[in-house]
Amino acid sequence: MTHTPTAHKPSYMRIFAFLAVLTVVEVTTAFTPMPKSAQVLFLVALAIAKATLVAMYYMHLRFEGRVLRLIAVGPLLFAIILTIAPFYDLALRR
Amino acid sequence: MEHAVEHPNNPFPGVSTTKFAIWLFLASEVMFFSGLIGAYIVLRGGAAEWPIVTKVLNVPLVAGNTFILIVSSVTMVRAFAAIEAGDQRGMRHMLIATAVLGIVFLGIQAYEWSSLIREGTTASTNLFGSTFFTLTGFHGLHVTGGVIALFYVIGHALRGDYTQAEHGGVELMGLYWHFVDVVWIFLFTIVYLI
Repeated sequence: MTHTPTAHKPSYMRIFAFLAVLTVVEVTTAFTPMPKSAQVLFLVALAIAKATLVAMYYMHLRFEGRVLRLIAVGPLLFAIILTIAPFYDLALRR
Repeated sequence: MEHAVEHPNNPFPGVSTTKFAIWLFLASEVMFFSGLIGAYIVLRGGAAEWPIVTKVLNVPLVAGNTFILIVSSVTMVRAFAAIEAGDQRGMRHMLIATAVLGIVFLGIQAYEWSSLIREGTTASTNLFGSTFFTLTGFHGLHVTGGVIALFYVIGHALRGDYTQAEHGGVELMGLYWHFVDVVWIFLFTIVYLI
């Protein structure tokens, strides 16, 4: 079913505040000395959090039915494979 | 004029065919950018040397540009919320604000590109240059397409084609625009911060 976000209308400005704060945290993290692997993991986690907020609330996926959610989430599986698989290749080259 | 309509032979009752179509398009776009990001990981991971990106790239400037794109997502979603509430004027203002912010984003990206080129980094200088200009260039092309589409939607909005009951064009425009924002969220992290 397609739902318009009238029943649970999100606070768009609150989501914006979260996105702005997360962006500041990202930039601060990039310039903070710390182990590279921890920094990368944290930055990727922050990016995923921001993207999830936009997709769920601004793209209204949180209020959509199963079909549209499946279309949105389906390619992410392949996207993860495409971005994780190269690490195996890189490990073999070393 | 576009409407988020449901076709009589719709195999998924309750799901508008236009919205179904744009989500399918966005799914294909996810794969497009995943391929580019996968290639970036392979090339960067296999490169003998790679510059410290936070030193080579103007991160504060691009962080500001990222903020502009996030604000444009807010104005876009508020345009949708406005027409949902029957507020034509609010929708028009927010759509125009979104287009202006998109143009500002592109202007700052053009400035960033020209600065890098002046400093000697081009798409053919090294792997870093090739991947940087490819990834940010394809995203910039998507923003440009989005701004052109926004002009089209603004044209319809100014003619009063969107109503509280029928505003599928604004919704579809928003889905594309937010997707471009989501892509930038990942590119900003991968290209500028890591």
